[in-house]
This record gives sequence, C-alpha cells and structure tokens, in this order.
Amino acid sequence: MSSTPSSVENSGEQNAIAVTGHEPGAAGQEPVLSVRHLRVEFPTRHGTLVALDDVSFDIAPGEVLGVVGESGAGKSMTGNAVIRLLEPPGRIAEGEVHLSGRRIDDLPEERFVPLRGRHIGMIFQDPLTSLNPLFSVGDQLIETIRTHLPMNEREAREEALKLLREVGIPAPENRLDSYPHQFSGGMRQRVVIALALAARPEFIIADEPTTALDVSVQAQILALLKRLCADHGTAVMLVTHDMGVIAETADRVAVMYAGRLIEIGPVDEVVRNPQHPYTKGLMASIPGIEKRLERLYQIEGSMPRLAAIPAGCAFNPRCPHAQERCRVQRPDLMPAEGSLAACWLHDPVDPLPPRRGEAGEEMAHVR
Amino acid sequence: MLAFLIQRVLQAIFVMFVVALISFSLFHYVGDPVLNMLGQEATEADRAALRAQLGLDQPVVVQFWNFVVNAAQFEFGISYRSARPVTDLILERLPATLELATISAIFAVVMGILLGIYTALRRRSWLAHFIMTASLIGVSLPTFLIGVLLIYVFAVELGVLPAFGRGETVDLGWWDTGLLTTSGLRSLILPAITLGLFQLTLIMRLVRAEMLEVLSTDYIKFARARGLSKRVVNLRHALKNTMIPVITIIGLQLGTIIAFAIITETVFQWPGVGALFITAVRFVDVPVMAAYLMMIALVFVVINLVVDLLYYAVDPRLRAQGGGK
Amino acid sequence: MSQEVDKRNSVANIAPTRPGRLRTFLESDIVYSWKRQPVVILATLVTLVMFAAALFAPWIAPQNPFDPGQLDLIDAFTPPMTTSEFTGNFYLLGSDSQGRDVFSAILYGSRISLLVGFAAVIFALVMGTALGLLAGFRGGWRDALIMRIADVQLTFPSILMALLIFGVIRGFLPRSMHAEVAIIVLIIAIGLSDWVQYARAVRGATMVEKSKEYVQAARVIGLPARKILFLHILPNVLRPVLVIGTIGLALAIIAEATLSFLGVGMPATQPSLGTLIRVGQDYMFSGEWWILLFPGVALLILALSVNLLGDWLRDVLNPKLR
Repeated sequence: MSSTPSSVENSGEQNAIAVTGHEPGAAGQEPVLSVRHLRVEFPTRHGTLVALDDVSFDIAPGEVLGVVGESGAGKSMTGNAVIRLLEPPGRIAEGEVHLSGRRIDDLPEERFVPLRGRHIGMIFQDPLTSLNPLFSVGDQLIETIRTHLPMNEREAREEALKLLREVGIPAPENRLDSYPHQFSGGMRQRVVIALALAARPEFIIADEPTTALDVSVQAQILALLKRLCADHGTAVMLVTHDMGVIAETADRVAVMYAGRLIEIGPVDEVVRNPQHPYTKGLMASIPGIEKRLERLYQIEGSMPRLAAIPAGCAFNPRCPHAQERCRVQRPDLMPAEGSLAACWLHDPVDPLPPRRGEAGEEMAHVR
Repeated sequence: MLAFLIQRVLQAIFVMFVVALISFSLFHYVGDPVLNMLGQEATEADRAALRAQLGLDQPVVVQFWNFVVNAAQFEFGISYRSARPVTDLILERLPATLELATISAIFAVVMGILLGIYTALRRRSWLAHFIMTASLIGVSLPTFLIGVLLIYVFAVELGVLPAFGRGETVDLGWWDTGLLTTSGLRSLILPAITLGLFQLTLIMRLVRAEMLEVLSTDYIKFARARGLSKRVVNLRHALKNTMIPVITIIGLQLGTIIAFAIITETVFQWPGVGALFITAVRFVDVPVMAAYLMMIALVFVVINLVVDLLYYAVDPRLRAQGGGK
Repeated sequence: MSQEVDKRNSVANIAPTRPGRLRTFLESDIVYSWKRQPVVILATLVTLVMFAAALFAPWIAPQNPFDPGQLDLIDAFTPPMTTSEFTGNFYLLGSDSQGRDVFSAILYGSRISLLVGFAAVIFALVMGTALGLLAGFRGGWRDALIMRIADVQLTFPSILMALLIFGVIRGFLPRSMHAEVAIIVLIIAIGLSDWVQYARAVRGATMVEKSKEYVQAARVIGLPARKILFLHILPNVLRPVLVIGTIGLALAIIAEATLSFLGVGMPATQPSLGTLIRVGQDYMFSGEWWILLFPGVALLILALSVNLLGDWLRDVLNPKLR
C-alpha cells in the first residue's frame, strides 16, 4: 500500500482549513483520527475504479461519528482503508491518515499490525461469522489481550472475564470456555465488542454493527456500544445505512455518496436542517413517527456505478438544482449553516441560486 | 457421542458385510475351487473328499457363515497357485507394503500441507505458480509412468538409486524391515515418491483451496483487525479451520495409498501384498483375491472410522451436536 | 417421441436466432475463454493431432504392428532414425525386440487407448445416468439400493474396482479366450468401476428438476412419467454428466494404461500404450531406451492434453463444480 505524501498541497487546502475550522465537535482538541484527501483505487482489467475520492474528516477523542450512505457509497471502504484491511487489489492511492497526530497510512505493514486492536479496533457486521468457530470465546479473548498487553495467562483470563461481564454476558465464568456457536447472535455481537475493546483502543470502527441482528437486540447492542465507548473515552466511527441508528447514537454525521464525502456536521444540524440536496432527499425518505405520510419520498434514479461516476458533482444527474457548473466542476466541502456540504449552492464566493420546487422538505411538508 | 459412534460402527459393519458377500461370491461362483486345487487328473472320489473337507457340500448360507467366521480369524484357505495358506502369503508380504505406504503417506501429507500453505499464502509468487503448474502435470500422469520415468532418470541414467526391490532387510522376528539398512532406505526413496506424488498434489491443491477460502472469511479479517500477528492469523486461526475438510480427504487418501501400492509395487518389483494381488488377478487365484479384498476393505473401514472420530475431536460444533443437545 | 422433439425445435427456431448460430458460438464464453489460454489452445491442438493419428493409424503407420507377418525379426532393436541394414526399412522411433516399429506401435496403441477410453466413458455414462435417473425419479427402495451400492463402491478407489471386476470376468471365461476379448473386458471393467459419479450427479440433478414447477405442471396435465423423464428431466441433467465425462475420459485412458501396464489389460500381441511401456521397461537397462521412452512420452502427452482440456471444459461449463 503506497500513498503520496505531497497530496495535501493539491486541490484541498481550502478544504482542509474548512474542515478543522468549522467542525464544532473537533474544535480545541487534537483529533484522535484525522483523514486527509483519502483516495482508494481498485485496479481492474477494465481500468482503475476509484472507490474513495478525496475524503477528509476528523474524529475527536470520545466522539461518535456516524457515516451514512447507500450501499456502495464507500462507507465500509473508508473504515477498511483506515485500518488498512482493504480487499486486494484495492489500495490507498493518495491521502493521509493520522492517528492521534501520528501518520499511519505510510507505516510498513509490520509496524501497522500492532496498532490494530491496540489503538484502532474494528467491529464487523455479522457476529455469526466474525468469531472463529474452532476456538472458544475465552481463547480468542485471552489471545487478543496477550497480544497487546503484558499479562500472563491467568491475568489475561481475569481480564477476559471482566470484559465479558462488562459487555453484559451473564455468568461469564461459565461461558469463557464456550464456543461461538453456543451463543445467540446478540450475545456473539457482545463478545465481538469485548474482543474489539479488549486492548482499550482509543478509536474503533463499527461497520454496520447491528444490521445482522434482530431489531429487538439492535437497540441493546447500540446502547452497550455507546455506554462502553463513553466510559472508556473511545471514539467511534459508526458505519451504517440506518439514519435512525445515527440519530440515536452519533454526535456528528458524515454523508457519503459515490465514494465522496458530501456533507458532514453535528447530527442535529444534518438531520433537521440538511444542506446538500442528496442529504435532503435522504432525510425526506426516512419514515418519521410524527410525519404520517402516504408514500415515502424517493430520490429519482440511482447512485452511479464506480465505473461511471459523472464529471463535476457526482450527484448532478439526480439533483433538482443541477446547473452547468455542477456538471463540470467538482465542489469541495463548504460551510453551509451549521455543517459542511459539498455543493455549489453554498459556494461562499458565488453561490448557485437554488431552483424552485425543491425536493425533499417541500414534498414531505406538502403531503 | 455414543449415538454417533454406534451409527458409524454399524455403517462400517455393513460395508464389511457387503465386501464379505462379494468375496464369498468370488469363491463360490468364479471357477470351481476343487478343480482349481486338484487339477484335471484327480479322481471323482478325491474331489468329493475335498468338497466335503472345504464344506462345499453344505447349504450356501452355512458356507457363507463359515467363510465369515474364518475371515474373522484371518483364515482364507489355500492359494490355488502356490498351494500355501493365503494368510501366510499375506503376512510375509505385509511389512513391505506397510512400510512403503507409511513412508509415502508421511511424505505426501507433510509435503502436501506445507506446499498447500505456501501456495495459498504466497499466491502471486512465481514459485507458487510453478508449483501449481507442476502439480497439474502430477495429477494428470498415471502413477506407473511416473515410476518408470523416475527409474529411468535416477537408476538408469544417473545410477544414484536402486531401480527395484527392497534392498537389504532386517528380520525382527515378526517383522521384516527395510528401514534399518542404508540400502533398504535408499530402495525406498523412488517407490515412496512414486506412490506419494499423486496424493501429495491432491492434498496440496485441497489445502490451498481451503486455505484461500478460509483466509477470505470474516473471522480471519476480524482476527487481523484485532492486531493478531500474521503468523498467528495464518498458522493458528486459518490453518486450523483449513484442516477440517482436509483431514477427511487425507484420511481417505491414505487408504487409497495402500490400494495404489499395487501399481508402485509392480513398477519397482516391490515384494508386497499389492504385487501378490496382481499375480492373483492375472492367474484368477480366487482365495488370494478374496483375502486381499477383505484386507483392503478393513483398512478403508478403519480409516473412515478414525477420520470421523478425528473430525469430531477437531470441530466443537460437531461435538455439541453429538453431545445430544 | 422424436416427432415431438422436432416440432419443439422448429417452433423454437422460428425466432430470428437461426442464421447467427455459428456467430453466437464464436462469441460465447467458451470460445472467449479458449482464446485467452494458450495452454488450452495447445492442448486442443495436441489432442486433435493425436486423435487424428490414432484414427488414421492404418494409413499413417509404416506397418501393422498387430500382424506378426509384417514384422522382421532381423530388424529387432533398430535405434531411432535409422534405416535397417537388412531390410531397408526406416524406423523413425526405432524398433523393439520383435522388430516391431515403435512409431507404428504407438499409433495403433493410442488407437486402443482412445477406443477403450471412449467406450468405457460411454458405458459408465449411460449406466450411471440410467441408474441415477431411476434413483432420483422413482425414489424409494430403488433409490436406497442404488445409492448403498454406490456408497460401498465409492469406499474403494476405482482402479481397484476395475482390477477386481477384470479378475472376476476373467474367472468366468475360459483361459483361451482371455486375449481375444481383452478389449471388451477392459471396457466393461473400467466402465463399471466409474458409473457411481454419474449416478450421483444425475440423481441429485433429477431430484432438483423433479421438484421444479414445470415438472409438477407436466404431471398435473397428465404427461406420462416416461415422457417427463426423457423430454424434461434428461436434457436438464445432461450438463453435469458431460462435465464429469470430460474428466472421465482422461481418467479412463489412464486406467486402461495402468491395467495394461500391470499385465492385466491388453496382451502383448495387441499392445496399447500401457502394454508397450510394460514391455519397454525390460529393455531400459540394456540400453534400448526408445522402446520405453517413446510410448511413455506419447502417453504422457496424451494424458496431459486430454486432462488439461477436460479441466478447462469443466471450469467453463460449470465453474462451481470443482
């Protein structure tokens, strides 16, 4: 995996300043994770696909950043790129990743491995397949603890018990030697969380942590995740396609579309007052309890395939406000009300006039 | 656990029963054993006497029962061809075959697993590509041709290894071993490679395929995401999961090695049971054929049973099911 | 029944696809995949050349190695690329102890190898498909019986089964007939040892097809079972059968060579490639390497290219069946 260190100087200077300057959550402290101009490419027989394009964001210590978008928008890809577990032939082509101020994307693999689990944790979508079926839960926990912390077998076992207790496994001393198949889905996800937090990382990536679970269990797991991270001061990058999860759990939210970050800001701002036309459409398409609609709003068309991302703003073919400039020039993130949005409507120098008959809110209100 | 075991043992007994039936039918219906043993010149009285002695005048069911009882005591009658007890013939040749098969099996399993792991982990290296291509050739070639070509290169052209036979052997009283002399060991090299090569390529390709599949699973990705070292992920987590399906095939292949020893023993004039069987087939020496068949069946059935138990020991999921949950 | 099939085809062919058949084939995945793999192209060419050589052996070979009258004992052990001083015959790949031209023997030998291979595969294929259809379609005790037999047979390697079947059949025949009918006995032995795979695949596919809606529908409208079986189910289970058959050919050729090498296949008077190698092994140490080496190389090339071709076909026809 290689990267180009000089890429900061490229197009995004204004962007970089804007990101740090306008993010309420990140202000004042050094971010635990800082991603700058990240670009991930997949070389294929039919040419190179750009899976992530110029993605920049920060996460403050203890903060929960929700990352939303349709499937294929690059949410999971961002997580995988940060922890450097991209499926080959995917690779980081440009950009930088800093962890607590230290650059990590250019570390050689053998120096990156100890960071995983110790400084960056990760939780995957499906608890049924995340645990090795042939090792007992205790084995997997003790192994992980001893990889990172200077403990002997007995101390690690104590620590494992403590972790299982913490994630709410009843009678952990009886369950330590059980195998994954002896746990229910929700319990397994608790074990997965215990494993991810075993070495007390300051930052974890949770990739759709509740998607594969029963709805009744989802809320419990989310609450657990939120509580544990608050207790330990762990920052979370919560990847999901479920805006409800974000609204409940996240401090800030980042919206992705076609491998690009198109809006980022405090969760209240983005949910109540979305600035990017795509985010507006996205919010309007969520069934709310107070808004009784006959039919949910849909954004016309579908997200472009990676091989066919249009020039300019990637959303322009579907955008009700799209104009000539949107089809030619790609917008960077720009301050828009309380958040940042990658849309020419918010160009501080020469804002684009919005078209009438705007989608989203109006539709929602009219009905 | 017990139910599982009983089921497997019953299955094994069923297979043995069918094989016994086939062996018995061979005896009973292929050629006339009396004619075969006494030749054309014997008198009618001689024949009747032998018939009675062999129990051939009794009802078929009784004969079958006698056959099974005798077989259980390793009693298979007299070879038509050499007029010696079949059991003696087999016993004096068994050490040669077992030594050859064991060494080949170790060679095939160890090299197969190592090469399989290597080609899976270093999938893109030129050496892995080379090994895979070579293995395709190895799978395509008949065993005997490999043996003949090895003899041609190493014994005839280079003259570094013996071309046939077992070399000097040491008699341990009940076991005749070639493993204790230099010439015995040197004689073992070419036959062992010949016999093991096919299984080696098979095991290697299987290990590689399984390992690649395991490496792409979520739990391996999660293990890596927890910061476990490459060695631990590959050799502890991935390898253990790889071995589950591999164990079955390896077990079954070990049985095949003993069967395929027939070919290798013929190529290298190895004085084992396989060569005995081939001679028996050539001369329709039914008692030897039947005994060999029963012996091979026993080996296969035992191996199948052991593989099942091993499987059970490795996979906790099976243990839970067998535990009567 | 064939009339009905014709009718169906003609109905289907009214669609404008007809003139483009060749083009459709040439643009198909099979041809695409073939063109991209030089090894497969080479294997195809080699296989075709060897098939042709075997087929036209009587016209290509300088002598008929099976006819003792054509052999000149005085030419025995002529080295390759040599013209005999005695008879003036040219021996491209040398001659053996009988004065038999090795090149001719290889041509005739591969003829036998291929004949036995094809016939054994067809035998196993027909038998396995029939039993598989029966087991899958009728179920019940027939299914149980056939599958138990299959299980027991699968416990043993097929070469062992072939050896055993060979031995048994020979036991029933008078000794004088052994050499004459060797080729038929071989075909039956190899075919019988290999039907299980076809039966299993066909049984599985039949059971899948049987439960599909169109078969249920055909039953509801009262189509007789025989017609359902042959018109609807058989065509759908043929694909896995062909896939197994392509690999099976290579295996059958190897099985024949092995049996002949072991001295329980083709006799020395009608040598197949395996017999030639067995005979040649005796001369390996005395310096007449060509008697062994050329048949060995011929078998090696034949087995390898048929195998490569079969492997490739299997992957193209059914990437999942590995």
